[in-house]
Amino acid sequence: MSLQKFILKRILASVPVLFGVSVVTFALMHITPGDIVDQLVAANPNVPAHESARLRREFGLDQPVWVQYLNWIQGVLTGDFGEVYSSSRDVSSVVLARLPETIILGLFGWVFAVLIAIPGGIYAAVNKDQLGDDVSRFVALSGISIPNFWLGLMLMAIFAVRLDWFPTLDPQTSLLSPSMLWWLILPGVTIGTAAAANMMRIMRTSMAEELNKEYVTAARAKGLPERTVILKHVLRNSLISVTTVAAFLTASIVAGSVVVETVFGWPGLGLELIQAVHLREINLILAITLFTGFFIVLANLLADIVYALLDPRIRDEY
Amino acid sequence: MALLEVNDLTVSFYTQEGVVTAVDDLSYTIERGEKFGVVGESGAGKSVTALSLLRLIESPGEIESGEILLDGEDLLQMSDSEVRQIRGNRIAMIFQDAQTALNPVYTIGEQIAEAIRHHLDYDEEDARERTIELLDQVGIPDAENRYSDYPHEFSGGMQQRAVIAMALSCDPDVLIADEPTTALDVTTEAKILDLLEDLTDEFDTAVQLITHDLGVVAELCDRVMVMYAGQAVEKAPVEELYYDPKHPYTVGLMSSIPRVGDDSDRLRTIPGSMPDLIDTPTGCSFHPRCPYAEEACTRTEPSMIDVGNGPDAREQSARCLEYTNDLQHGLGFDVSIDEDLSERVPGDLHE
Repeated sequence: MSLQKFILKRILASVPVLFGVSVVTFALMHITPGDIVDQLVAANPNVPAHESARLRREFGLDQPVWVQYLNWIQGVLTGDFGEVYSSSRDVSSVVLARLPETIILGLFGWVFAVLIAIPGGIYAAVNKDQLGDDVSRFVALSGISIPNFWLGLMLMAIFAVRLDWFPTLDPQTSLLSPSMLWWLILPGVTIGTAAAANMMRIMRTSMAEELNKEYVTAARAKGLPERTVILKHVLRNSLISVTTVAAFLTASIVAGSVVVETVFGWPGLGLELIQAVHLREINLILAITLFTGFFIVLANLLADIVYALLDPRIRDEY
Repeated sequence: MALLEVNDLTVSFYTQEGVVTAVDDLSYTIERGEKFGVVGESGAGKSVTALSLLRLIESPGEIESGEILLDGEDLLQMSDSEVRQIRGNRIAMIFQDAQTALNPVYTIGEQIAEAIRHHLDYDEEDARERTIELLDQVGIPDAENRYSDYPHEFSGGMQQRAVIAMALSCDPDVLIADEPTTALDVTTEAKILDLLEDLTDEFDTAVQLITHDLGVVAELCDRVMVMYAGQAVEKAPVEELYYDPKHPYTVGLMSSIPRVGDDSDRLRTIPGSMPDLIDTPTGCSFHPRCPYAEEACTRTEPSMIDVGNGPDAREQSARCLEYTNDLQHGLGFDVSIDEDLSERVPGDLHE
């Protein structure tokens, strides 16, 4: 099977997954008490009951749940994600406006994680059971254990408020300008820390395991310098299991973005999602969960492609 | 001067249970172009000896003392980078299991060519050409195309051929073959051994062949060293070892070879197993399993004594109290030459 065919197959296989995501989200939204109309009238207790009923009818909220779902999915299949009730804006335009912010933040966090985790893991594996390994284990365990909202607040308090090295709150510059980096660093580090810690441990374990294999002794017996043995022979084999975890961590980065964007006031999908949940903006919530689901599926697909690039045995299976 | 001279080599492993002396005061020499067999049960220290020659003993193992002289230069005194100049270049190794010795994610060709580029300073293109030539020499058909195959696309026999090509790539002086055919089936084994013999003759490469198969030794080797519990217990030219073994352990190994036409129901074995190397028996380490052991064997550690019958007594030596006349009853074994077996020793070894 060719790689294209494989990719196509995986994309098709993601359709039922996304369908499931939408059903679960839809159901959860209906289980939670209150809807958009309750939220809208809460601010004004003088709204009469018949007015609320009219709004529900207008939004289609008076229909049975399954009818509401069918209406929604029908729209989605034609590319219409519905509208934001409170502002009458198109959901897709809101999502598309916020999406780049979240992608940039997530990518930054992810790249930060990889840049820390791969060298850190290699170092720990090569110095297994020595001081460097212990230090890396301590750092990794701290990274995994510290909650990201706390880490974000601390970074802000120290580096932005006390030392005034970095700006915070809404980035005041265009997304792709180089100065954007200053706004990105604190939230990016916050979002990437746990992922870096996880990945570093996997990298260390995986490489330590590979180092015991006979092909390593064979490579050394060829007289290759230790650097070549590690960075050429062992690294590529160890990266295979790191790839799995890296894809898996995309989900945690996406989840983390909700908290981190709230802490840093980062105008991305995560912040939008929190606001949407508060207001019971069901269309917006569904669209955002669907998008994040799609990105996680995409990350796993990328991981599968990376496997194939790293390991010829997997390539042959496609 | 011998090409390779190992003197009083001792290698220990510092495990949690205690210190394991895997190689204990071992000495032997290999001449240029000579085929030297190292025989013994699992755990006798054969592989550790082999890895010591490349200084590839890893923690918790350590080379404690001794000398490994290659053309008179002591490998154990060299810096790491000097040793790397030797590895793969002057001393190369064929591993037991080619499948695990090859890196699964690089092509066969690349894994051979990288050593050539590294040691011989060939550029990409020349290294590729030499690799294809080598693959062809070890009998891989369509070498040009198989160059870019990955290890999993090769059969077990092909993989071992590729590993042999890799070991021979820089024309080494010494080739260490650590049970090179154990992982292969019998027909492939015979082919690989023939190949190894032809190529090492052609390049005049000295071979240290590690095996537990006395048949393989008879076929391929000029001289043999029998190891037991990290020590050499007998060293002899191959025909002396087969016709006139001097050590009870060698005799035990010989009689445990099953023979065609032997109608006994059970395979003969040496009773017991190798001693725990953390706590080796006092005296002769073989005495608990030796049918001729006497009280003296439990107290006195025998030393290597020259016992050869020929003009040069140093040709054959054995580590048994018999040869220092410390045994009261002597060794009571007789060697009967079995025609079937003697045919396995090629006649051209009698020079």
